[in-house]
Amino acid sequence: MAVKPIRTNRRLLSPLPSSEGKGAGLTAVGGRSSNNFIKAISAIVWKDLRAEVRSFELVSAMLVFSLLVILIFNFALELDIKTRQSVTAGVLWATFAFAGTLGLNRSMAIEKDRGCLDGLLLAPVDRSAIYFGKAISNLAFMLIVEAIVLPVYSILYNINLFQPGLLMVILLGSIGYSAVGTLLSAMSVQTRTRDILLPILLLPVVLPLIIAAVQASNTILAGDDFNSIKHWLNTLIAYDVILTAVAFILFDYILED
Amino acid sequence: MISVKKLVKRFGLKTVLRSVDFEVRPGEFVALLGPNGAGKTTFLRILASLSRPSLGEVTIAGYRLPHEAAQVRSTLGVVSHLPLLYGDLSAEENLRFYARMYGITNYRLRITEILEMVGLETRRRDLVRTFSRGMQQRLAIGRAVLHDPDVMLFDEPYTGLDQDASSMLDDVLKAVAAQGRTVVMTSHDLARAEDLATRFDVLSRGVIAASATSRQLKKSNLLTFYKQALAG
Amino acid sequence: MQQNKPLALRILDGISILLIGITTYLALFVAPTEVTMGAVQRVFYIHVSTAWVGMLGFIAAVIPSIIYLRTKDMKWDRIEVAAVEISSVFFFLAIVLGSIWARPAWNAWWKWEARLTTAAIAELLYFAYFMLRAGIDHPERRANFGAVYALIASVSIPITFMSIRWVDRTLHPVVFGVSKATSEIEMAMTFDMVKILLFAIFAFSIVFIDLFWNRIRLGDLQDKVEQLKLKVTS
Repeated sequence: MAVKPIRTNRRLLSPLPSSEGKGAGLTAVGGRSSNNFIKAISAIVWKDLRAEVRSFELVSAMLVFSLLVILIFNFALELDIKTRQSVTAGVLWATFAFAGTLGLNRSMAIEKDRGCLDGLLLAPVDRSAIYFGKAISNLAFMLIVEAIVLPVYSILYNINLFQPGLLMVILLGSIGYSAVGTLLSAMSVQTRTRDILLPILLLPVVLPLIIAAVQASNTILAGDDFNSIKHWLNTLIAYDVILTAVAFILFDYILED
Repeated sequence: MISVKKLVKRFGLKTVLRSVDFEVRPGEFVALLGPNGAGKTTFLRILASLSRPSLGEVTIAGYRLPHEAAQVRSTLGVVSHLPLLYGDLSAEENLRFYARMYGITNYRLRITEILEMVGLETRRRDLVRTFSRGMQQRLAIGRAVLHDPDVMLFDEPYTGLDQDASSMLDDVLKAVAAQGRTVVMTSHDLARAEDLATRFDVLSRGVIAASATSRQLKKSNLLTFYKQALAG
Repeated sequence: MQQNKPLALRILDGISILLIGITTYLALFVAPTEVTMGAVQRVFYIHVSTAWVGMLGFIAAVIPSIIYLRTKDMKWDRIEVAAVEISSVFFFLAIVLGSIWARPAWNAWWKWEARLTTAAIAELLYFAYFMLRAGIDHPERRANFGAVYALIASVSIPITFMSIRWVDRTLHPVVFGVSKATSEIEMAMTFDMVKILLFAIFAFSIVFIDLFWNRIRLGDLQDKVEQLKLKVTS
């Protein structure tokens, strides 16, 4: 391969206008201008989605795993059509809970392995931008997988899963799962035991989500009215709000050295 | 530009940096030498604001670490032996990502300039995972210079590079240094360091054991200087 | 820090042992025999007390976590670990005793009811906590991560408890009659029994303080040994 000579004899790199680059970092106090913050979050989300479109690593792994889990449940539970309806919610949520850990693990491992986490930490933005960026892209991946699993399950078992109430529950559950999962995966990726640690850390903590989501889903699928799931929706929302706030506050502390 | 006073870094009960005093004037190119485990990477990470000092003062471009870390970061460009690049993105996309992270708005022209400077203009749309190590390292330097930092920190940049790639890196480093930036580079490779640096400091047993400018040293004496510093 | 156990602690040790002895005696011999369940009900006093200590330890772990994160003083990390350890052991005891007590009443060793289940989940969280710490060699990072996980877990567990409880209430018909103190187990408590129960709780609170102090001291001593080791080898 011909090595292109590096042009060192001309004046390299015109200086950036003072409002760019280092200027931007300085004029905004400590890089905390809200504009930069949002830009950084969207840069991270965009970067994750772009990379995923190229490689399909995360979504394909999560998807295949989900389908395998459903397959196993199919044979493990051996149900007649009537009882199947009552376990649908449980099977779905178990599937999402397990498959989710794959995506979370991989998403953080990508950052850690090529030192990219340092790259993110070196940028003059608030650490929480990294948290929100990763949490949103993790959420996006989960939702994509769920969006594929739902129709597949519907077809396989002849159950209509496309009810607005159910979709709402899945969305709320996924938000909470991502919020906590991003924090915990950022921790587990920095330990010796890495991948295997994440499910152990995450699953006991997201139990309220699973409980509420399954209860609500069951009620919706059984055709009961909205009122009876109000309580569970509140639980989901409360969990999401509280845990996201706590995770966001604590995120700084896990990146220190 | 860089001022380090009585820096101490402990990991639990182990002290890696005992009391480091280190001053760098603007425009200097300092080669930080030392054996493995001397704490060079730890020291550089502290300068890069990735790690907090246990005790002592670190000031870069007038900003104190760790309190004013965010301001410091915008004046720093860091290259380590890991590429800090995303394999599934193209060279251009990587630079675009970092440009956005650093708040650079008109980045199109800048990215082209950078790619030309490091000789990767023709590969701009290729995915980084198809790049050789040398190319990745050059792109990494491009990434580090993107936001026009005053201070550059290089941690063992030549690791894993072959002869060709190393001489290309030489050219890029010289170009970067010629632009008036302040550079601190850690290295095992005395010959390379000799060529590039204006000053040589030796980190040994947690302190700066010796320091000499290239004028004070005659070329052939760098090895002797280094060995003496380690022994003493 | 003294090398020998401070006198106050030694006295407290003695008092704790005494209190455990008295409580056991009261539970086994003095307490009236319960009408429905018979002798096995006596386990109840210790069961509630150990669960109580578990809860104390749990709450006692939250405050040091917050303080540690703010001050980065390792002393608080040691306190936090001590609290988590004690809580995990006592919750385990509570679960085991609860099983023993419930077996004759429910005819099963386990029931997926709110309190037992939450105690089991707490054990899993503790296990995760120790696994997390074990996987980190870097001491400050270990303390940071420990504190962060402790806080996440302690926020999540109350929500878990309330959720399971709500499931119980809405789904499971009340089988034996719900009474506040016993949750689906009918138990007639006389005034004497209440007195003994309160004493048991008091006694175990003292035991908790004793164990807590001892454990913190142990952590401090361990730390000192590490420092001395380092001095000698360097």
